[in-house]
Amino acid sequence: MSWFKRFKEGIQTATKLKRSIPDGIWIKCKGCGHTLTRKKLVANLYKCSKCNYHMRIGPVEYFEILFDGAYQTHFENTRSVDMLKFKDLKSYPERLEAAKGRTDSSEAIIVASGKLNKIPTVIAAMDFNFIGGSMGSVMGERISRAIDLCVAERMPLIIISKSGGARMMEAAFSLMQMAKTSAKLAMLHEAGIPYISYMTDPTTGGVTASFAMLGDINIAEPGALIAFAGPRVVKETIKKDLPEGFQTAEFLYEKGFLDLIVDRAEVKERLGQLLAILCAPMSQNDKTAGAIIESKEVPSPAEMAPVNQEEAT
Amino acid sequence: MVYLEFEKPLEKLHSQLDKLQEIVEDGEIDMTDKIKELEQKIKKKQKEIYSKLTDWQRVQLSRHPERPYTLYYINQITKNFVELHGDRCFGDDEAIVGGVGMIDNQPVVIIGQQKGINTKERQRRNFGMANPEGYRKALRLMKMAEKFKLPVITFVDTPGAACGLEAEERSVAQAIANNLFEMARLRTPILVYVIGEGASGGAIGIGLGDRVFMLENTWYSVISPESCSSILWRSWDYKQQAAEALKLTAKDMLGFKIIDGIVQEPLGGAHYNPEGMAKLLKKHIKKQLKDISTIAIEELLVQRVEKFDKMGEFETVES
Ligand SMILES: [Zn+2]
Repeated sequence: MSWFKRFKEGIQTATKLKRSIPDGIWIKCKGCGHTLTRKKLVANLYKCSKCNYHMRIGPVEYFEILFDGAYQTHFENTRSVDMLKFKDLKSYPERLEAAKGRTDSSEAIIVASGKLNKIPTVIAAMDFNFIGGSMGSVMGERISRAIDLCVAERMPLIIISKSGGARMMEAAFSLMQMAKTSAKLAMLHEAGIPYISYMTDPTTGGVTASFAMLGDINIAEPGALIAFAGPRVVKETIKKDLPEGFQTAEFLYEKGFLDLIVDRAEVKERLGQLLAILCAPMSQNDKTAGAIIESKEVPSPAEMAPVNQEEAT
Repeated sequence: MVYLEFEKPLEKLHSQLDKLQEIVEDGEIDMTDKIKELEQKIKKKQKEIYSKLTDWQRVQLSRHPERPYTLYYINQITKNFVELHGDRCFGDDEAIVGGVGMIDNQPVVIIGQQKGINTKERQRRNFGMANPEGYRKALRLMKMAEKFKLPVITFVDTPGAACGLEAEERSVAQAIANNLFEMARLRTPILVYVIGEGASGGAIGIGLGDRVFMLENTWYSVISPESCSSILWRSWDYKQQAAEALKLTAKDMLGFKIIDGIVQEPLGGAHYNPEGMAKLLKKHIKKQLKDISTIAIEELLVQRVEKFDKMGEFETVES
C-alpha cells in the first residue's frame, strides 16, 4: 500500500506545513490510556492499536493519507484581519499570533488539490490547533475559492471538518460565512459536481449547520463528536445528564444524518470508490456540463505553485 | 407600559400625563396647554434617550417585553392571512410561524420566528427558539412560494435555535444548513427583516435573501452578548463589553455591508408605537417588492450568491 510506504519512509510531508502530532516518543491514547510510540501511531494512521480511538490530526496528515502523491496547496495568501478591533481578555491579533505559534497552518483550513486514486480532487481540511478550527472570513473565502476551482477544473470536492464552530472574534462576518459557503455549494450543486463532507472529531456549531451537513454524501470518523450545540451547552440547558453516546458519529448515523462511518484505514479506498462512481457522468459530458456555471475567479498558475517542487509531476 | 432602566425618566412624565388626562375626563378644567407642554417634554426626553443608546441598551430594546412580534406585523400589514402548519415530517413548531396573505394587492408568503406574549405562550413557542421542524416548515412554505411565484418575506426574531436533546436528535444543524442551501437557489425573491433579535445560526436559518434589512433597535450577530461574555470572558458579567465588541447594531451591520438598509423606528421605539412601526414596515416592504420585481429571476439568483460571496474581510499577503 503506497500510503503506508510513504509514512514509513517519512517522505511526502509538505515542507510548509507542520504535523499536528509532535515528535514525542510516547503518546498516550485519550480513549483507553494505552501508550504508543509515535512510530507505531504513524504506521497505524494515528489510531490507537488497542481501542481504535482516532486521534485528532491536521491537514497535512489527511493530505498524506488521501492523496496519491504530490499535492498543491491553494489560497494560502488569504489571511485573517481584525476588522472589528475585537478584544476580550486577549485581542484577536494576539490570538492569531498564538495560533500561528501552535501550528504552521496559515489558517484554520488548508485547501489542496491532487489525485485521490488517480481522480483529480480538491480537499479542504481543517486545523483544530488554529483557534479551534473556528470559521472566520478566511475559512469562508478559501472554501468559496475551492468551489470555484472545482467548477473551473471539473474536480470533486471533499471538505474534512474539525471545528469548534464560529470564530466569535469576527462576529457577524463569521455568521455570514455559513450563508456564503452554503450559497456557493448550491452553485457547485447546479454544476453537477460531487461534494463529500467528511466529519471528524469535533464538528460543531456553524460549521455543522452549513457546509458539513450539505454533502451529496456525508461520512464521519468513528466516535467523532458531531453537533450543533456542544454537549456542555446542551447539558447546561436541559440540566440533565446526556444519554450515552449522544452526538457521536454513531448516534447521527442511527438518526439518518450520515451515509457512512469509515475507519481511517479504509477512508481513502471508500472515497476513491465513491468518487469513481459520482465523477463518471462528469467526465462523460464534460463540455455541456461545464457551460452551466461560469466561475467567478480561477486561480492563476502562480497561485497554484506546488508546495513540494521536487515531488511535482 | 414596561420601562427599561434607561427609560425610567419617561415613566414619571407619562404618569403625569395620565393624571392630567384623567382630570380632563373628569370635569371642566381645561388642561390643553399643560398637556401639550408635557407632550413636548416627553418627546424631548425620548429624543435625548434614544439618540444616545449604548449597544447593550439596543440589545435590551430588541427584547423589550412590549415590542411587537412577527404575528403582530403580519396582522397589521396583510389582509386575508392564513397561517399554515407543519413540516409534513415530524410536527408543527410554533416557534416559527408562516403562511400566505396579501399586502394590498400583492400575494406573499411570510415566515418568521414568534415569541410569546405571556408565560404560557412563551413556553409553547419556546421563546422563539425553533426546533428542526420549524426550519423545515419554513422551507416547505418557501418551496410553495417558488411554485406559485410568490415573493418570500422573513421576519427574524430569535435568541438562537432550540437547544436540547430533540433539536440535536433531529439535527437542527442539518435543517439550518439545508435552508441556507435551498434559499440560495430559491427561484423567487426573498426579503429578510430582522425585527428583534438576530442571534446566530437560528437567525440565519431563515436569513439568506436578496435584500436584508434591520429595524433600528435590533441586533444581529454570531452569538448573544451574554454567551459571548461567558465563553470569552469566562463570566456572565461582561455582556455590555461583549455587546460593544461584537459590533452588532443595525448601524454597524450596514457599515459592514452585511445588510442593505435600516428601517427607522418611530420616536420612542417600536414598542412605544407598534402601529406606527407596522405602517413604516409595510411601506418599506412594498417599495422593496416593487424594486425587486423588475429584476429577472436568473439575474437575481446570480446576484444573491454574489452578495453573500462578497461577505468577509481578509487580507492578501504576498506568497
Ligand atoms: Zn486506545
